[in-house]
Amino acid sequence: MDTVPIPAARRAPARNLHRFANPGQFLRLSGAVLPWLIALAVGLTLVGLGAGLFLAPADWQQGDAVRIMYVHVPSAWLASGGYMTLAACSVLSLVWRHPLADLAAVEIGPVGAGFTALCLATGSIWGKPMWGAWWVWDARLTSVLVLFFLYLGHIALVRAFDEPERGYRAGAILALIGVVNLPIIKFSVDWWNTLHQPASIGLTGSPSMHISMLWPLGVSSLGYTCIFAAIVLARLRAAVMERRIRALLSARAEAHR
Amino acid sequence: MTRKRRRLYVLLACGIGLGTATGLALMAFRDTAEFFVSPSEIATKAPAPGRSFRLGGLVEEGSVERITQNGRPTAKFRVTDGAGTVSVTYSGILPDLFREGQGVVTLGTMTTDGSFRASEVLAKHDETYMPKEVAEALKKTGHWNPADGKPPPASTWNTLAPKSPGG
Repeated sequence: MDTVPIPAARRAPARNLHRFANPGQFLRLSGAVLPWLIALAVGLTLVGLGAGLFLAPADWQQGDAVRIMYVHVPSAWLASGGYMTLAACSVLSLVWRHPLADLAAVEIGPVGAGFTALCLATGSIWGKPMWGAWWVWDARLTSVLVLFFLYLGHIALVRAFDEPERGYRAGAILALIGVVNLPIIKFSVDWWNTLHQPASIGLTGSPSMHISMLWPLGVSSLGYTCIFAAIVLARLRAAVMERRIRALLSARAEAHR
Repeated sequence: MTRKRRRLYVLLACGIGLGTATGLALMAFRDTAEFFVSPSEIATKAPAPGRSFRLGGLVEEGSVERITQNGRPTAKFRVTDGAGTVSVTYSGILPDLFREGQGVVTLGTMTTDGSFRASEVLAKHDETYMPKEVAEALKKTGHWNPADGKPPPASTWNTLAPKSPGG
C-alpha cells in the first residue's frame, strides 16, 4: 500500500495564515459566527433601509427619488469592497498558496457580481428621473461596468479548467490585473469631468450630506456589508463541506476497489 | 520560505509594471475620457461647426428664456463655467432638475453664429444632500442662493436642526 502524498500546505507548521486552513477548524469557527452574522445583517439592513425609506427627509432638489441612495450607495461600496477582498484572496492564493483563499475567491465572485449588478440597476433607475438618462458613457459609469465584467470574467475563468488548481491560479491573476480598475472607479469623478457627481463622503472634510440622511446610509451600509460577509461565509462553508464529501467518497471508492 | 518571498516579489514587480502602464495609458487618453467640454475650453479651441460634442457647465443665473418655436417648447439659456459662457438653444422637455445655477450637460453642435444647438440636455446635480427645511433655512438667512451655484461648506449645515413645520 502506497502512502498518499501530503499537500505542502498541510506539512507547513500551523501558524499565522494557515491556522484557518484547517477545514475542521474553519467549519467550527464559521458555524459559530454565521448565525450572529445573519442576525446582524438582517437587523442592520432592516433598520437602515427602514430609516432611509420612512424616517429620513426627502432631498431639497431630488425629492423622494433620493431614497434610491440607501440601496445604490451601499451596493456600490460593496461592489468595490468585494473586489478588494477578492484581490486579497488572490494574493494569499498566489504567494502563500492558501487553500481556503482559493475557495473564498471562487465564492466571492458571484456575490460581488450580484452587488455590482444591483449598483448598476439602481443607478440606472436613479439616473433616469434625475439626470434624464438611463445610462451615459462617462468615466464613473463605464469603469463600474468594467468592474462588473471583471467579476463575470473571474467567475467564468475559475470554473473553466478540469484541474481546479489551474483555475484558481488563472482567476487570481485576472483578479489582480483588475485591481487597477479600483482607483479608476474611485477617482474617475475627480480626474475627469463626468455626469456622476463627486463623492459626498470622504476621508477628509465634512460629509456634504445632512446628518438625518447620513446615519441611515451608514447603518444600511453596515447591514449590506454583513449580508455580503454572511453570503460569502455560507457559500464558503458549503464549498469546504463539498470538498470533504468528495474526499470521503473518493477514499471510500478507493477502499472498495 | 524563499519561494514564497520570490513569488511575492514577482507579484509586486508585476503590480508596479501594470500600475505604471495603466497610469501612462490613462494620461494618453486624458481628453477622450472627458464626458463634456467646458465653455472656456470652447473659447480656446472651438470645435468645428456641425461636429457633435457635449458641452457642460452651470446654467447662468437669469439667462433662461422659455419660448415656443414651431409649436415646440424651446429653452434658451447660457452655460457658464465662470471663465467662459456659451448660449444654448434646446427644443424639447427639460429634466426636472433643470434650473438656474444647476449643472447641465448638453449634447449638440456649434452653429455658425457661435451659439450651441442642443439635441439633449441632462441635469448634473452636485454631491450635496440636504432636507428641504435646511435648504429653506439657508436661503432665508441669506447663506445660500441656489441660483448662484455651490452651497456653503458642508460643516456649516450638515448637523443643522431645522425647525419642523409643525413647531
